[in-house]
Amino acid sequence: MIITLALASLVRHRARTVLAILGVAVSAAMLLDMVMLSSGMRESFRGLLLSQGFQLRLSPKGTLPFDTEATIRSADSIVALIRARPTVEAVSPVLGGQLHFPLAESMANATALGVEPAVQGDYELVEGRHPSAENELVANDALLRALGRSVGDTIRAAAGYDPQLRTLSGQRVLRIVGRVRFIYLALEQRAAALPIGTLRAMNGPTSIDRASLAMVRLRPGADVEQERTALERQLRTVTVISTAAALKQVDERLSYFRQLAVILGAVSLVVGFLLVTTLVTVSVNERLGEISVMRAIGVRRWRVVAQILLESTVIMIVAAPLGLALGLVTARWLNSILARFPGLPERIDFFLFQPSAAWTALGLLALSGILAGVYPSWRGASLPIASTLRQEAVG
Amino acid sequence: MTDIVDARGLVREYRMGEEIVHALRGVSLTVSEGEYVAIVGPSGCGKSTLLNLLGVIDRPQSGELSIAGERVDRLNDARATEFRLRRIGFVFQRFYLMQALTARENVELPLAEAGMAGTERRDRALELLDYVGLRKRERHRPSQLSGGEQQRVAIARALANRPALLLADEPTGELDARTGAEMIALFDRLNADGTTIVVVTHDEDLARAAKRVVHMRDGEIVA
Repeated sequence: MIITLALASLVRHRARTVLAILGVAVSAAMLLDMVMLSSGMRESFRGLLLSQGFQLRLSPKGTLPFDTEATIRSADSIVALIRARPTVEAVSPVLGGQLHFPLAESMANATALGVEPAVQGDYELVEGRHPSAENELVANDALLRALGRSVGDTIRAAAGYDPQLRTLSGQRVLRIVGRVRFIYLALEQRAAALPIGTLRAMNGPTSIDRASLAMVRLRPGADVEQERTALERQLRTVTVISTAAALKQVDERLSYFRQLAVILGAVSLVVGFLLVTTLVTVSVNERLGEISVMRAIGVRRWRVVAQILLESTVIMIVAAPLGLALGLVTARWLNSILARFPGLPERIDFFLFQPSAAWTALGLLALSGILAGVYPSWRGASLPIASTLRQEAVG
Repeated sequence: MTDIVDARGLVREYRMGEEIVHALRGVSLTVSEGEYVAIVGPSGCGKSTLLNLLGVIDRPQSGELSIAGERVDRLNDARATEFRLRRIGFVFQRFYLMQALTARENVELPLAEAGMAGTERRDRALELLDYVGLRKRERHRPSQLSGGEQQRVAIARALANRPALLLADEPTGELDARTGAEMIALFDRLNADGTTIVVVTHDEDLARAAKRVVHMRDGEIVA
């Protein structure tokens, strides 16, 4: 009966209830988006870093991978040394650089990654095959478009270009053997991968035995932190960073997003809370006589409280799925806009849907729905019965 | 005969701004089981205040009040609520039915609160609606009932838990003469069937129907 009365009071003012539900749904959508934003980029980076199964990354001492143009010296011997460790399953050295492609009337530039194709973890093959011979490369769609080439074509490339003298250095004719998608690079970034030896040779003496980065995949069961410490102790010229540490770095750099998300999420929650509190308070004020009569005929105080709390909770519960659906749609839309930020890896999502995020948002909404009913229910339940009835009779 | 109401020296004052209103100035009243008492007097004489104290929805500043043998002037909220539920029946001038509920559900409300099971509750509600002549209107909501019919439902609701005392505050105040007469007849029947009734009224016909009339003036019983 209390449920009937609670629902009836919501139905009695349909338009007002619907507007309140829509308002709460909008704030719920914002809340979900903010919860998704607060963890989305981190989880997205985490997925990216773990996608190829490499748990450790080596970079020149004191730097982060690809944070500077510094390179690791004696990279081949370091790689060999690491590969000799029983806990190590694979090591993938990577040399970063630039390639310049002279076209008929212009020059196309691209990021170049020198890799060992058999163990590389930087790209996924979409078409063709990995570069197995010295003068072969794979390229992404952005580069192929810029070059007007496709898999099977050859192209002249240079590792160096002097724009003043308009001279190219380290030239080769390379065969495009595959179309790829680079995991850590932006979608629009032109890029190619070729054997590390080829890129070193094109770069000249400064790149001999160099690598920008080495990624290490450990055997199952290996203690990542223990291996990291051991490698760093053994190799004095490199910094060894684990995925966990890299994520910590990401966390620090993304703290802006999290703070912003938490603040906006809290604001949307408070807006929803105030909306429901206002609606239910107005509704209670309109029913003071009815509530007083209920109390006069022996309805217990807690039932009045329960009825009013139920009203606020119902609004939140009805609004929540609407808000979640709206939140997912807006998150997708916002994600598509933010994904166009230059330089971001293709696979990074700002808004990552996770069931835990939805449950968190739902939990916060339910809690705020209950809290939103606290004031009006307290007001309703603590009415002085006699004087309220007297005022109602006079009114 | 047992006293259902035993009020001694009831004092109730209100503060209105700076002014203190002496609503009741030491009222004493006894009502025996099966009595039908009308409290009359000019507006503001304290009759509704007295009714509120008898109904345990208000507390006196001083004095003693026993209803059906139980001291009720110092009950806490929970016990007062329980007492009202089981021992008091209220009828209001404006009926105050729950608009969302049907006639039967309105009658069932105090029964549900008292913990009566569904089928038994429904049967009791129908029995009461039958008593007030509204059995066929059980599914109607208050907005579909006339004023007289709403007041009958309110009476059925007041009788739901077989109260020791039925209190009515201007029960004919919102009704036309003909319907008011029907209501007076219903109160007569209720009393004839053993219900103890205290009614506050300006309606002379209703007061005449009561077995005893108590006159109040300026917060005191004068006759």
